[in-house]
Amino acid sequence: MEKAEFTLEFEKPLRDLQQRLEALYATSKEQNFDVSAEMEAIEARLEATKRQIYSDLTAWQRVQLARHPKRPYSLDYIGRIFTDFQELHGDRCYGDDQALIGGTAWFEGSPVMIIAQQKGRDVKENLRRNFGMPHPEGYRKALRLMQLAERFNLPVISFIDTKAAFAGIGSEERHVSEAIARNLREMALLKVPSVGLIIGEGGSGGALGIAVVDRLLVQQHAYYSVIPPEGCAAILWRDRSFSEKAANALKLGARELKDQGIADEVLEEPLGGAHRDIEAACETLREALSRNLAELKTLSTEELLERRYQKYRNIGEFIEG
Amino acid sequence: MPFFSKPTYSTITAPRKKDIPKDLYTRCPKSGELVYSRELKKNWMVVPKSDYHFPLASDLRIQSLIDEGTWEEKDRDLESVDILGFVDKKAYADRLKEYKRKTGLKDAVVSGLGKMAGMGVSLAVMDFRFGGASMGSVVGEKITRAIERAIELKLPVIIVSASGGARMQEGIYSLMQMAKTSAALGRLREAGLPFVSVLTHPTTGGVTASFATLGDVILAEPEALICFAGPRVIKEGTNQELPPGFQKSEFLLDRGLVDQIVHRHQLRPRIIHFLKAFAGKPLEA
Repeated sequence: MEKAEFTLEFEKPLRDLQQRLEALYATSKEQNFDVSAEMEAIEARLEATKRQIYSDLTAWQRVQLARHPKRPYSLDYIGRIFTDFQELHGDRCYGDDQALIGGTAWFEGSPVMIIAQQKGRDVKENLRRNFGMPHPEGYRKALRLMQLAERFNLPVISFIDTKAAFAGIGSEERHVSEAIARNLREMALLKVPSVGLIIGEGGSGGALGIAVVDRLLVQQHAYYSVIPPEGCAAILWRDRSFSEKAANALKLGARELKDQGIADEVLEEPLGGAHRDIEAACETLREALSRNLAELKTLSTEELLERRYQKYRNIGEFIEG
Repeated sequence: MPFFSKPTYSTITAPRKKDIPKDLYTRCPKSGELVYSRELKKNWMVVPKSDYHFPLASDLRIQSLIDEGTWEEKDRDLESVDILGFVDKKAYADRLKEYKRKTGLKDAVVSGLGKMAGMGVSLAVMDFRFGGASMGSVVGEKITRAIERAIELKLPVIIVSASGGARMQEGIYSLMQMAKTSAALGRLREAGLPFVSVLTHPTTGGVTASFATLGDVILAEPEALICFAGPRVIKEGTNQELPPGFQKSEFLLDRGLVDQIVHRHQLRPRIIHFLKAFAGKPLEA
């Protein structure tokens, strides 16, 4: 029997059903009863409850899924979608940031440049990767690699998954703001096609710093926000316990981003989230990436740059009168 | 009538507290001295003895920089909208009304065209009084238009920044203004036109991480807080003691982010110096 874990708070009904199912299975084995009818009934209920819960998630619940400890991270996708990823290290200036990595690989037979924010799976890896929160070195390395891609005409593919750029002394001393700002300007001018994939957390300027792209694809349970809900609650409500309210108010989910004209596409995830079936999640990513890169390749450099400029130029809602 | 015959003390009643205009005097946060507010305003909000720089309202900032009679405001009718229907402790729509009533401004940027020592410039000034000059769609749009106008008219851009960061109530639209303004600066750069960025107290968050730090020349007013994440956030998040002067102009000059720290009274001649240099003009023109 497949053992799926339901660890999030809103997954409690699923957890309960799962436990009943397991208990029943154990009893049937012990006492040699035939409980297959009961088990089938509970399994059907489990499926129905799954469908019901996951099709109607609140913004805050989606933030929980985006941060799920089992959620696939950039390298989980890179290893499955690309061939022979070779990491390129360092910003040639200060250091190598393991929260923001990059390198060359092949996608469907063609070379590409990958830029990726990477979280750690355990404490040791998280210390090395600073919980996926990049320092200025990461952004400067990313720019070096993007400009390298430009010189040799490789499309750039960004995997976005960070809570935020790291807020720390070293980060400020080495001007993370300037590193992000420069990336925004230079990515807008990059003469090669670019696709961004938000696969988990799209945290503010830390995400945007590698996300000025021709096409932005957002996974169904990923989010992209001007500020994490906790930070928003702390500032506007002066109380972090309003995080759920803040998440809803910020309209940070994939569908809302599509409606707001920020996301070009929402990538459907397997029921319950990408971690429940990574191969299926990969297939969706691969298909979308392939199609978008093919479309972008038909554009001339002038068209590409003009469209990218206009895309960002036109974002904003105001009245003039 | 002898001059001193009238007993003055008997006819003058001491002014009651409520008769003294509240803002007659302003206390200097640096030296603690009381300064006559009218004098302070005349001095461009710089305390004469301590050189403490108070925030300067956008109209005074423009006066302090632009040749008299040459200012032409642009895009003054742009107004923010509550696109997300955002309500925190207050409704964003109500906050906007309050900011407008308090400042007489429509949003946190005033922009336009003017001259400095006879040279045309496209200038945008952020006004911290309007909701802490957070960046929403209107701020981003006005900054972008100021840059695009400069490209069209072949003028240098000057932006005087002050900002509490992103306007959270506009959600992702607010974040995207960082990309929009920075992309416009990319085009300005390709057009071969200079951008002088002036950082004033406080310049933080999304404004620091976009156009404000993209100046060809970055000038900062003395003792201004300039940062991405605020000092409190860093202290609480990392449990580390912050170095002395952390994130102040002087610290950032030392760490290589800003070109110069310029006293407000010197800002106009200093900007003119750079504009002349980049335009290939003689110093005395």
